[in-house]
Amino acid sequence: MLILLIIGLLEPPSYVRAYDRPNDGGGAIVIEWESVSDTLLKGYEIFRRKVGEEEFRKVAYVARGRNSFVNSIGIKDGVKYEYAVRSVGIDGSYSDLSIPAPPVVSYPQWFKKNKINTLLAIAIYFFLLVYFTQAAKGRELFIRRIAGLDHLEEAVGRATEMGKPILYVPGLSGLSDIATIASINILSPVAKKAAEYDTPIIVPNRDPIVTMVAQEVVKEAYTEAGRPDAFKRENVFFLSDSQFAYAAGVDGIMVRERPATNLFIGMFYAESLILAETGNMTGAIQIAGTDAVAQLPFFITACDYTIMGEELYAASAYLSRDPKLVGSIKAQDWGKAILMGLAFIGSILSLLNIDVVLKMFATI
Amino acid sequence: MRRTFPLVIAFTMGLLMMIQYFIPHPISQKFYKIMVQQWLIIISIFFYVFAWRSFGLYHINKIKRRKEGWWASVVAFVGVFFMLLAGFGDRIPGGIGHFIYKYFNFDDLYNYMFAPLQATMFSLLAFFIASAAFRAFKARTMEATLLLVTATIVMLGRVPLGASMWKGLPKVVEWILMYPNMAAQRGIMIGVGLGMIATSMKIILGIERSYLGGE
Repeated sequence: MLILLIIGLLEPPSYVRAYDRPNDGGGAIVIEWESVSDTLLKGYEIFRRKVGEEEFRKVAYVARGRNSFVNSIGIKDGVKYEYAVRSVGIDGSYSDLSIPAPPVVSYPQWFKKNKINTLLAIAIYFFLLVYFTQAAKGRELFIRRIAGLDHLEEAVGRATEMGKPILYVPGLSGLSDIATIASINILSPVAKKAAEYDTPIIVPNRDPIVTMVAQEVVKEAYTEAGRPDAFKRENVFFLSDSQFAYAAGVDGIMVRERPATNLFIGMFYAESLILAETGNMTGAIQIAGTDAVAQLPFFITACDYTIMGEELYAASAYLSRDPKLVGSIKAQDWGKAILMGLAFIGSILSLLNIDVVLKMFATI
Repeated sequence: MRRTFPLVIAFTMGLLMMIQYFIPHPISQKFYKIMVQQWLIIISIFFYVFAWRSFGLYHINKIKRRKEGWWASVVAFVGVFFMLLAGFGDRIPGGIGHFIYKYFNFDDLYNYMFAPLQATMFSLLAFFIASAAFRAFKARTMEATLLLVTATIVMLGRVPLGASMWKGLPKVVEWILMYPNMAAQRGIMIGVGLGMIATSMKIILGIERSYLGGE
């Protein structure tokens, strides 16, 4: 009897409000309400009607503990909707419908306001990049030594001395991965050097688009070196698009052809150690470069030199010494300095319960 | 023109895709879908044709010249054509294609031949990790000794044996992973992020041209 009395008193949620979901392409409305504190509460049912309609129709059920819902099914932009919510008891009983929220209209936005910080960061970085690439013209900027890149020429030279080919593995990703583009940027000077030394370069690929780009890059490099006749298209080839078939194929090349130099530069996954250890066993000099943090320890262990993380993106500038490209590294350093400064200030302010810097990085 | 045209395309598309990221409107989303999902797929299909041509040329060249391991190229060709016929052999009336299609199920070939072969390659990783770890853990330098000590602590702390030796060990391991390890990883990741943005901008602005074949 007491339970029934309690169930009969199940209250509808209060302060129901509905608003257009911000920063979206339309077709979604957010409904929020004050939670009902009742031990016999099971959840809430959300009802919707177009303005002018008599009856509300149920659109969703949410379990207790939540006090918001995004209605994105059956919403038409520009149409006025009203929402009401009711409580559902654990025995299946219902409260009355809440007071409907004021009418709401969904519409698509033209700008993601929650990405203003990203836009601002890009603008600052863009300014730094343009400033330093212009400022670097005619000047020689200092870049710290990167061992892996310093030894690229030596590695090519070693292959020449031994009369063996160079194996260049441009990673397993496609061109949509920036690491692959960085790898292609390094392939160009390596292929040029190989052409100058008349040393064959083997480039097995996993991605069809990367295969074609790599062929063109190597061909151009041979032409630039004045050796277009020495370019062999069949040495830059598509091996397999299956991860481990590719690994097996590259391992096979290492064991059969015995390249004197193995360069693993780009994006790698679980096959990184399979490739690097096989190369290590064949006695080749190995230089790896990747931004895949999880694969770095494997390369560091099995390779002679490892180009780590951002060094991969600095490689093109480092090798070409083009002032404009070197200037872009300066911009990167300034970007890092700003981020480090903000991280430091943010940490101090957070200890003082001031979250202004943390909010600057929030994206929601 | 040969250089300018790709640079103009890279600049225009890079800028449009960047602007698109900040616009949630359906027009912007449709543009993204057309460019990334539809165009990329269409282009990829054509590139696959060239890629298979490249695959064929490489292996034909190896077989012709009887290079070491040329028989592996024969196996590669047999594998490719066998799988093709197991998938499409019914479109060829009579002959070996029809025979293969009839008696060899494509899914079975994939599940019971290709997948185990992939798993076999992957399982080699266990042995390679052992040999690499053996080399890395030789305490010859200060860094290698530090690596050896840390790795031993982390390995012990991640198994029940470590906790039974000392109750506090899992907490020490958690601290190592959460603070020094995470700090180093985040340092690398921040650098990578900035490097990616810089490379993208350099390509959009035409400062970086190595990907076109020249420096």
